[in-house]
Amino acid sequence: MTYPSKFRYTDQHEWVELNGNTATIGITDHAQHQLGDIVFLDLPKVGDAVVAGKPCGTVESVKAVSDIFSPITGSVTAVNSDLIEKPEWINQDPHGKAWMIRVALSAPAPVEKLFTAEQYEEYVRQETAE
Amino acid sequence: MALPSTTLRKTVLNETHRRMGARMVEFGGWDMPVEYSGIVPEHMAVRTRVGIFDVSHMGEVEVRGKNALSLLQSLTCNDVARLQIGQAHYTGLMNERGGMVDDLLVHRLGEEEYFLCVNASRREADFGWITSHNQHGADVRNASDDYTQLAIQGPRSLAVLQPLTDVQLAELKYYWFTRGTVCGVESIVARTGYTGEDGFEIYFAVSESERIWNTILDAGKAEGILPCGLGARNTLRLEAGMLLYGHEMNEDVTPLEVNLRWVVKLEKGPFLGREVLLRQAEQGVQRSLAAFEMRDRGIARDDAPVLLGDKVIGKVTSGSYVPFLKKSIGFAMLPPEHAAVGSRITIDIRGTRAAAEIVPAPIYRRPKQKS
Repeated sequence: MTYPSKFRYTDQHEWVELNGNTATIGITDHAQHQLGDIVFLDLPKVGDAVVAGKPCGTVESVKAVSDIFSPITGSVTAVNSDLIEKPEWINQDPHGKAWMIRVALSAPAPVEKLFTAEQYEEYVRQETAE
Repeated sequence: MALPSTTLRKTVLNETHRRMGARMVEFGGWDMPVEYSGIVPEHMAVRTRVGIFDVSHMGEVEVRGKNALSLLQSLTCNDVARLQIGQAHYTGLMNERGGMVDDLLVHRLGEEEYFLCVNASRREADFGWITSHNQHGADVRNASDDYTQLAIQGPRSLAVLQPLTDVQLAELKYYWFTRGTVCGVESIVARTGYTGEDGFEIYFAVSESERIWNTILDAGKAEGILPCGLGARNTLRLEAGMLLYGHEMNEDVTPLEVNLRWVVKLEKGPFLGREVLLRQAEQGVQRSLAAFEMRDRGIARDDAPVLLGDKVIGKVTSGSYVPFLKKSIGFAMLPPEHAAVGSRITIDIRGTRAAAEIVPAPIYRRPKQKS
């Protein structure tokens, strides 16, 4: 799997696509692979505030629950409600139709803390090697 | 403080699982496969076709000789005297408080010859408990390291296994077993399982484990057999309403509190904990295990508190999403007045209150076989 270069990535395995004042958030292919079959997704509602580095939802596979950490700070402007009905999309297309929320930034994105695709790939490589 | 590193125990098939790409986890001190292709496909293979599990971490205890029967009668709650040779039953290994040291299968091999299949995490505890109560002079042996145990489970398990064994599998009734050969190797073949499906559990000496494992997988290819891990084993048993030691049961929980009245034979005569069970049978239990289905969204996991207002009144003992029914279900230990079918309960799922409803167990029941 290649990680799209238009995204930035967190060390918690979320991706974020920054577009001016808007950000779109999802979890990475590596994350979905580690989790296994995803069966449940809990996301914030439109209007909710999200804070960089803080949990903004949960994703559950059959065996475990994991928090989704927001890479950025702002308020939710859109939620992928189709994905809540079909959480298996996260396994099928984590970087595409499994986007989770869109956020209007209320603070500059902490770009310096986010990985580029290349850096993230290296990060995953090291994490998997451990 | 640095704790001494503990070495995980491995079944003889450990390398085989790793080579096949299984994801391994620690379970009860064992390094075991949790999944190969994924919990969902493995679960579905067992419900609709066939799956094979390495369950060699389970322990085996042999009890034989004069007084084998009286020893087992004194320590277990089911009536061992009712077992015919070639028959097995599910039971509890009891303590004097009516609690369960373990849940197990007792197989009657011969006149005074029994073979117990016990939980991996309880092997030593059970063996110690049985030997310390062996005033009867029976011969008790922990044979756990001598056996590989494989479970072949699912509606096509008979079709897959029959060409590999001289046992007439169709003649073997549920909870009966026989000695025979599997892939030419002396085995015990039992029609038992922990999945809610038809299937077999086979026990044989460890030496040819890999060959037998591979032969069964090859033989099952046309039927779509999948190697399965402990992840699917857990979701299958939960969906089928079966209990797991350490979750629904422990040394402080009695069989009557977890709906195991059917394995408690109070009339059989004295056994450890009988007085406690007699009292509970007369006066009722203070808490009761119940199966639930989530009514709100969410998955209630093990140990989630059950709330009444702001008060914790019970807890989830096992909870998961189950792939065949595609539901979020579980077991909870509750005050009896909240455990009746149809009762609504509130579960605290990591700070969010979610509604669930008590439902009859098992939640999944396999369709009747057409023979």
